[in-house]
Parts: sequence; structure tokens; C-alpha cells
Amino acid sequence: MSAIEIVRFAIRGLAANKMRSALTTLGILIGVAAVILLVAVGEGSSQSIQKNIAQLGANTLTVSASTQGGGRFGGQQQQSSGPRTQAKALTVDDARALADKAAAPNVTSVSPVVSANSQTASYEGASHTISQVVGTYPSYFEASNKPVAKGAYFFNDDVLAARKVIVIGQTVAENLFGAVDPVGKQITITGVPFTVVGVLKEAGSSSGFQDADDVAIAPLPSVQQSLTGFGPLNQILVKAASADDVDAAQAEITSVLDQRHGIGGAVSADYQILNQATLQETVSAATSTFTVLLAAVAAISLLVGGIGITNIMLVTVTERTREIGIRKAIGAPRGAILGQFLVEATLLSLIGGLLGVAIAVVGAQFTIAGITPVVVPSSVVLALGVSVAIGLFFGSYPANRAAKLRPIEALRFE
Amino acid sequence: MSLVLDVRDATKVYGVGETAVHALRGVSLQVEPGDYVAIMGASGSGKSTLMNIIGCLDVPSAGGFHLDGVDVGGLDDRQQAVVRNRKIGFVFQSFNLIPRMSALMNVELPLAYGGVKPAERRRRALASLELVGLADRVNHQPNELSGGQQQRVAIARALVNSPTLLLADEPTGALDSTSTLDVLGIFDRLSAAGRTIVVITHEPDVAEHAKRVVRLRDGRIIEDTRLAPVDGLPPRLKEVTA
Repeated sequence: MSAIEIVRFAIRGLAANKMRSALTTLGILIGVAAVILLVAVGEGSSQSIQKNIAQLGANTLTVSASTQGGGRFGGQQQQSSGPRTQAKALTVDDARALADKAAAPNVTSVSPVVSANSQTASYEGASHTISQVVGTYPSYFEASNKPVAKGAYFFNDDVLAARKVIVIGQTVAENLFGAVDPVGKQITITGVPFTVVGVLKEAGSSSGFQDADDVAIAPLPSVQQSLTGFGPLNQILVKAASADDVDAAQAEITSVLDQRHGIGGAVSADYQILNQATLQETVSAATSTFTVLLAAVAAISLLVGGIGITNIMLVTVTERTREIGIRKAIGAPRGAILGQFLVEATLLSLIGGLLGVAIAVVGAQFTIAGITPVVVPSSVVLALGVSVAIGLFFGSYPANRAAKLRPIEALRFE
Repeated sequence: MSLVLDVRDATKVYGVGETAVHALRGVSLQVEPGDYVAIMGASGSGKSTLMNIIGCLDVPSAGGFHLDGVDVGGLDDRQQAVVRNRKIGFVFQSFNLIPRMSALMNVELPLAYGGVKPAERRRRALASLELVGLADRVNHQPNELSGGQQQRVAIARALVNSPTLLLADEPTGALDSTSTLDVLGIFDRLSAAGRTIVVITHEPDVAEHAKRVVRLRDGRIIEDTRLAPVDGLPPRLKEVTA
């Protein structure tokens, strides 16, 4: 009795009851397709989020004042716990120190940033509240990945001369100018006139919580003069030479700022550095949890499909008790009967699994709920493997029952 | 000469205590090669139990049973399957063909379990079907055949492995008189060719074809009559071949 023979018997057994076999297969099919497709959706959404984060500006580090270390922004209050007397705010001098090639060789550019929130801008009759007006250096555009679509950036000269020039985001341009070309026009922000020199490329609001296009960017001193005053910086945007240098750059920033702010020993840092890579890791951890959750839901349907196999195989064994008796009476060894029913169960799940993979791969070509699914090869292998294992596992009980039947009882069975 | 069948003082008890049923109360039966034995008895006489024991489908509660010199009681499950496959050919009252398999496939089945190569298997199955006169029906499924034809397929299946013993349980019980004669004719010719046959029946007409008739009642042999010598021809061969 060869293995091929057993498989042939099994196929014959399945073909004898096509409708039942097809429905059982359907259970596994749905389970496998669901696992692969849902994992693909999870992976697709994870990848799109990663892409959005990368769009925010890769290789950049954001240094901002910390609320934890000491008093805030040059205040005079004493910390009860430490010898530190005051927390220092971030200044333009800090930014200059970071730009020192000798102290921080991995830093490519440094952009001090001040920002004023919810500033009302107007152009002729139209008015619009810009959610964020940023005052910075020209290097900010590159570091934060904000290219212009129309016009140009402002230049270092504009910064030195504190010229009232401004680059506006798409949302601002649409609300103030509509179809008119904003470049060269003058807008007023809280009464101060700024000349529009460029319009940013649309970033898209895909990051969700905030409209990334509702911004305006002007030279640092201009914004300080007219909107924020010459207080501390909100943040310093630092660009590392490459993604690999981000960690080195972060270490350099830490050492420079620690020295300037007198941090060390018991004195905790009065600033914090936000690393895009860290953010990405956090987000991937969150999305992978999401993917695992989806896969778990799908795995349950695979399990239900497996129980369907047990159920149908038990029915089959009962129905074919007499046939099993005949086979045993003419000399079928226990192994052959066991093999036949086990192969039948495994074939059901394997066929279901293969069809499920096919359907999942086809389904992944479509956009599901705004997400382009990305089929993960390992999920295909896993789902197929699990479906075969399910066939073996859930088929073994009925198959064993068939193999253990005593021939006289099986023959008497009506 | 070694005996094909050697049952010694076999008893079979179903159940225990007060409800125990003594199906066999000490049966001894020896069958020599080439013999054609009819085992007769009313229902409840223990003949089915005896047939199950002879067919290796059941084991006696006490007593010995040797088939072709092998003590079947001492074999494990796997070895018993081999004995059923090689040494015994079964013919049942209700044919017991496997549905949705052609006559040829049904006949090939014991060879498949015996590990015979497909080409050889086909050749022997066709020869066996030829022997029972069904060479033109090999590709029919059981539900496309008449009762008599189904029983002939079952006989072909029983013979295909050249078993030491052909064991038939009421082989004509479900057949009309024409088919009955067909089947008995086949048995007579097989017996004339030297095959050892044991037929379980309650019909005297069937028993008259055998060389030896054994009667059972209440689990005991009450009569053992020889109608023809072991190495002779079955008594009614001439009628069925005429």
C-alpha cells in the first residue's frame, strides 16, 4: 500500500461528496484568506504611516525645552531637590554652538525655531487664522522636508536684514488668495505686512490630527520682532548628515547642550531631543500590535474552519463505517485506514489553504478602507502551514476513530 | 497434510454474569484442504459467531484456532489484517462492495492493501472477474449491477488474492433462484478446481452442494455428514454445469 495509493483513495473519498467537501474547504479558505489579507492590511497601514513619518523629515532631531528639568525659561525659582538653580532656555547661541563643525561633526544644519500659534492673516478683504507661524532660518525647509511649489525660499540675507518675507502653506494660500497667484503679494499678520515669496508644496493632511499645510514660515528675527518677541526659542531643528548619523548627532547635541546649560551629575537636562527614528519605532510598535490583533481575529476563523473539518470528517467516518468494515475485512491494515482519512482531512485543508492564498493575493490588489494591503510572504507561508497542520490535527481524531473500528461491528453497522 | 482450519473446543461468551450469552459452547472443527463445508443452523445457533472467528474478525473466548497452521489468536492487529488479506476470501450475504467504485476497483482493493503493483493488480483482477463471468462488466459501479452480478463481483474480490480459504456467509440469502444457481455453480466449479470453501447457510438447497455438512444448534455441533470425499467432486457439480 503505497502513499500514492492512499492519496488516491482519499481523493476518491472527497470526490464522492463534492458539495460537502467544497463547503468544508470554504471554511478553511475564508480563514486563510482572512489571515493573509488582514495581515496585509495591517502591514499596508504600517508602511503608509512610516512613509508619513519619513515625510516629516528624515534624519532630523528636534531639540526643545524640557518641562522636567528645573524652572522654566530662565525663571528664578529654586528647585527643592537639586543644587541647580535655574533651567536655561534654548537660545540662538545654543543653535550657533550646535552648528560648530568641531563640536558636532555629524550635524549638517541647525535651524532655530520660534513659532506663534493662531495668527490672523489678511489679504485685501480675505482673512485667515494661520495655525502656526514659524520663524526660522532657510535651512529649516530642507531639514523639515518642506519644498516650495511656487516662488522661492527666503535667504540668509533676509534673515540678517530681518526682512518681512514669508513662505505660506497651501491651506493659507487657498484661503487668502483663492485662484490668485500669491507670490509677490503682501499679507498682513496681526497688522505687520509680510511679502509672500513662495508657496509650500502640499504636504497633505494624511498625518491626521493637524493640517500640515496651515503654516507660514518667515525669517527668525522678523517673527521675533513682530509676533513672538525676543524670548527663548521653541525648538532647534537639527539635521544629521544621514540616517546612520542620527544617533551620533544626538550624542553630540547632548554633550554641547549639557556643557552650555551646566547639566551633569544630579542636574537633569532642561531640554529634550526628539528623534524621528524613535518616533518611528514607537509607531511601528503600535501598528504591529494592531496587525497582531487583526491576525488573531483571522486566526479564530481559521480555527473555526478546522473544527468544521473535524465535524465533517466525523460525519464521514460514521457514514462510511460499513465501508471501513469492508476494507478491514479484506485486509486493510489500521495504518491504511488512518492514512486515508488523515489525508482526506489534510487535502481538504490544503486545498482550502491554497485557494485562500489565491483569493488573498487577488484581494490585496485592491485598496481596502483607504489602505493598500501589502502581502507579507511569511504570513502566506504561516497561514498555509497552519491550515495543513489544522487538517492533520483536526483530522486525526476522526481518522483514529475510523482506524480503531472493529471490523465485525463496522460490518454490522447500518 | 496440514489442516486449513483447525478449531479446537472454541467457546464464545458475550456479556458477563447472569446476562452472559453462550454463543459457542465448545466447537471443534477441522477442515482439510480442498474440502467444501456447509455449516448449517437456525438463527441463534452460533453459526455467525463461528464464521466471525474463522474469518479472523473475532477471537474465541476460550479454545484454540489455527488457520493454515497459524495460531490466529496470538497475532496482533497488523498481522491479523495480513491474514485476512492473504488467507481468507470473504463473501457476504449483502455483497458489501464499496459504492462508487467500479467492479474492477473493488476487485483490485485486496491486492492494493496487499501491496501488489498496479499493472499486476489489474491483470489479476481482470482474470478473477473473467472467472465469475463478468469480464464485460468491469467498469460498472455496484449500483449499476444486479444482485447476482454484485455477488459475483464479491466472489471475484474474495478470490483475487488466491486465499487458502473461501469463506461465504449466506452468499445466496439475498439472491433470486437464478442468481443463486449462478453463485452455487461458481462455488462448485471452484471446489472441483481444488479450492477450500466454507459456506454458512440455513438453506438445505445450498448445503446439498457441499461435500460435507455440519449442523450447529445452541452453540454445539450436532451433526457432521460427509456427502462426498474430500478429494472428489462436489455432489451436484453435474447439475450446475449442465
